[in-house]
Formats: sequence, C-alpha cells, structure tokens
Amino acid sequence: MATVALKAGARFKSAVCDTQVMVIKAPAGDYALECGGTLMIAPNEEGSAELNPELAAGTQMGKRYVDPDEKFELLCTKPGKGSLVLDGTPLDVKQAKQLPSSD
Amino acid sequence: MNISMLLDMAADAFGERTAVVCGGRSLTYAEVRQKAQRAAVKLRESGVEYLALLDVNGPVLPVAIFAAGYAGIPYVPLNYRLTREEINALLDRVTPALLVVGDDFRAQVDKRDDLLMISSDEFINAPAAAFEDEFVDPESVAVQLFTSGTTGKPKAALLRHENLVSYIVGTVEFGAAAEEDAVLVTVPPYHIAGISAVLSSTYACRRMVQLENFEAGAWLKAAQDEMVSNAFVVPTMLGRIIELMENSRETVELPSLKAIAYGGGKMPRATIERAMQLMPQVDFTNAYGLTETSSTVAVLTPDDHRLAMASDEEAVRKRIASVGRPTGAVEIEIRDEQGQVVAAHQPGMIFVRGGQVSGEYKEQGSTLSDDGWFCTKDLGYLDDEGYLFLEGREDDVIVRGGENISPGEIEDVLLTHPAVADVACVAVPDEQWGEGVAAAVVLEPGVQVSVEELQALVRERLRSSRVPQMIEFRDELPYNELGKVLRRIIRQDFAAQLEAA
Repeated sequence: MATVALKAGARFKSAVCDTQVMVIKAPAGDYALECGGTLMIAPNEEGSAELNPELAAGTQMGKRYVDPDEKFELLCTKPGKGSLVLDGTPLDVKQAKQLPSSD
Repeated sequence: MNISMLLDMAADAFGERTAVVCGGRSLTYAEVRQKAQRAAVKLRESGVEYLALLDVNGPVLPVAIFAAGYAGIPYVPLNYRLTREEINALLDRVTPALLVVGDDFRAQVDKRDDLLMISSDEFINAPAAAFEDEFVDPESVAVQLFTSGTTGKPKAALLRHENLVSYIVGTVEFGAAAEEDAVLVTVPPYHIAGISAVLSSTYACRRMVQLENFEAGAWLKAAQDEMVSNAFVVPTMLGRIIELMENSRETVELPSLKAIAYGGGKMPRATIERAMQLMPQVDFTNAYGLTETSSTVAVLTPDDHRLAMASDEEAVRKRIASVGRPTGAVEIEIRDEQGQVVAAHQPGMIFVRGGQVSGEYKEQGSTLSDDGWFCTKDLGYLDDEGYLFLEGREDDVIVRGGENISPGEIEDVLLTHPAVADVACVAVPDEQWGEGVAAAVVLEPGVQVSVEELQALVRERLRSSRVPQMIEFRDELPYNELGKVLRRIIRQDFAAQLEAA
C-alpha cells in the first residue's frame, strides 16, 4: 500500500468524496491516509474510486481529526462523505479547546 | 497551506454571514472571497511582486490581504501617518507593486514606473474574472510589515503563509463565533494586530466592525449600535474608553460586550482595575506578542484576571501585571547572557519557538537559531507557575558602570509618587560610568515636587545606582499613535542638552 509523509501544513484530498484535510501535526514517517476506504491524494490529482459505504460517516468543516493517542491531528478544510482512517486506525473529531480570543 | 484557505473555509461554511462592516458598507464572506479572487486575477495579470496598501481601516482590508494570498505575493500595509518622504522611501523597497490607495493619501505618493496605483474602491470592485486556484508555496511570504522603527530605520519583517496559518489554527477554533457575535477593530491595518484581527475573525467566522480611527466616543457608539461582543484595544485606548464612561452623565450600557483583549504595550494597573470594575460582565484577556511571532504568544486569561483581583496571596495578585502563560502553540524560555535557561523569578531574555514564529527580516534573513528559537529582545521572567512578566526592551536597558538597569523598575517607583502622572527613564552619556539614568517626568496638573524629593524616593526604594542624575519636567511625553512611548526621542533630547552644555 502506498504511504506518504505527513508534514505539518501538507494538504490532501479524498479520492472518493469532497473531503480535504491539512496536516496539523504528525510524527515523522510514512503513513497510509485513507478517506472513504481509498488512499487520499494530492490536491492537484484526480481521483476516480468509489466510496466504501462502510466508511461513510463523513467529515465536518473545520473539525480536527485525531487518533486515540492524539499523536496525529488533521484539520478538515472541506467536508465530504468519507471517514478518515490512518494506518488502519479510524480518526475521530477532537473536542474543541476553549481558547480565549486575543484578536 | 495558504492564508486564503482560511477565507475559503469561512466562505464555504458561512458564506452569507457578514464578514465586515465599516461606515454604512458591509460585505459577506462570500462577497469578500469573490472580490479577493477577482483582485487576485488582476494582480497575476499585472505581474507585480507586491500588493501594498495605503489606507485606513475599511472593507478593502480583508479583500486585499486575501487577494495577495490567492495571487501568492506579499501584502504590505503601510503606515499612512508617516511623512510623504518616509512613505515613498518604503515604497522604494517594495516595487514593482500595485498600490491600493485611499483617496486621502494619493497626493502622498510620488509617481514612478514600477508602481501601479488603484483606489481602494476600484480595487474591491474589480471586474468579473475567472479565478483558478494555483498552488502557492506555504513557505512564500504572505505579509511584509515594516516595524515601527522606534529605534531606527524600519525593518521589513516577513511572515510566511505557514507562520500565519500555524498561528490561526493553533489559537482559534474554526467557526467559533456565534451568529450574532461581532468584533470591534480599531487597530490600524499596518499593525500586526490589524492583520491577526482579519485572519482570526475570518477563521472564527465572526463579523468585523471597523473604525477608521480610534476615538473613545465613536468606539462606545459603535459597540452599542453594532451590538459588539468582542474588541481588541491597546492600553491607551482602554484608558480613554473608561475615562469617557466615568465622566459620562448617564451610565454607559454595553449589554452585548462579552470580551475585551488588550496588548501592544504596558497596561497601567489602575486602568485594568477600573475597567474590570466598570465592566464586570466583560472577560478581559491580556495578549503578548510581536510582529515577528505572527502576533500573540502568551495570554493572561479572563480567569487569571479574576483570580488575581480576588486573591489575598501577593504572588497571585501580582499576576494582573503579567502577560500570562504561553498559548498552546508556542514555547517560551528565559535565558541569561550566557544563553543558559534560568530558574523561575530569574530575569533574562525572552525566547520563543513555534510554527507561528518567523523571526525573519527581508534584509537580515532569518534570526532564528538552528533549533528554531527566536530572541525577542524583550526582557522578563517567569514565576513559579509559568506566568510571564515583562521588564522592557533590551535596547532600553541602561548600562551604568557595567550594571544593567531596567528603566521600568525606576519608572514604577517614580509613579508611586502622587505628583507623578507619567515618566520615562532613559540612558544618558556619562563620562565616569559610561551611561547614567535620566528621567523625563510629567506632573499631575497643579502639583509641584522637587527633583531632590524624587531622587530621594528612588534612593530609598532601590539603590543609589538607580537614582536619576537628570530629572526634567515636561508637559507630555512623546508617544506613537498606538501609545508606545518613544524613548529614542527622549534619549536624543537629553543627549543634545548634555552636548550643548
């Protein structure tokens, strides 16, 4: 299975739905990042795969997606129908932090 | 990543929401995006390398910032309060450029071949054009700001897309604003707080209410009329707002106001205490940051404010004068002159590290260490629980006979004298000691005090090396428009007097 480095700031899009994500943090290394059951692709590539109905919980705009250990964090910059999975581990929405507005 | 991604997200999710209101004009997030993309097409076609802006706050701000982002060229807001000569000298450093200029400032600009000029109105009403997303390198420069130059020639600080996006994503939750929320923006466009106001508001999907210039009466009126929920002010602004509230014959009601953030200078303790009493329903946040760190790196939260005010413990009470703790997006260290990290309560130089920290200038290049630390040139210390206390700029330190003296500690003592309204201490040349301490003092109206009495006060509270050898009474101290005291000018005045004598 093809894997990619998840550099902070890197962006990926789903090959099966409208989902787009940006990497907030990830340990160094190569990973299999999937959406809707298919590997995610570069923003300028064209995808043609079908959404796996078992992996179709959807992504929400502006939400942060993390693994259970919160070693990985992705930001959804465009929502879609697929679910995010990293190296076989489903990613879930991170609880929003309460941040004091300083601007 | 690119700062225009922030606008894309806001326009996709909340396109119909009002993005910006100024005077009678307003734009939704979808409109800001459409106008920014059309302007970006024009920027690409014209082949310029910079987008400069010379205008007051207005709807043109978000359009210009994001248009430059879409086009992949730096956005350079200029200080319209500078002299004609200064403005043109800065323009020489950013050509070839498209200059977006307010009608009131057009006459300030010398014509030249590599500078295209367009009015703000024309810029935001660029004709329909097909925009296509092009890849913009996240390492390219998004914003170039000329630092205020309180110590010399303005330096061009560079903020890259990755710095600014890292700041916003690290400190703001997407779409966090409620439908009715609005932030009142009075800082000028050429200040880092003016940039972060646009980016934070956009990502929070919050309505921005802009004032062209700060004036306390207009601020209160806008806060009421626009049902403002949040605001950012510099300390002098807050001082004027509460003065007007206290002197107003009727009680000033601000029922929508939930939060005020402040920063950009030292907040007098009396001002924040009065403000908290006058506006008990408001959450106050103190934000510390620099241009070179893409704005805020430490915050004193609303809870910190309330705890400090209510506590019996001196260490906790004192924190009202701190700038709080590092945001989750950066690390902060205090180091001594040998570069060693010091223990709590030990003063030293403040260092910052994190994705939002640029520490880079156009002429000098990056000033970050190999492992990413930025030397702020601000002095301070951390307390036991990591609250950061500022002690002034390194450049302002007075070196007397090899001893480093922070002007702030002497100023704090002089300000405790009931006759002293304002004071600034600076270095003066001294044959014996290298440098000595001089103080420019503004007295409360109708009150007198002798030089000897003030000298005795400092000698008693601190030590003899801190006693100002020159004290001069003045009607006022020189400040820049954001309330920063211009020590360089005071220093030059004293030096000139000594030379003449």
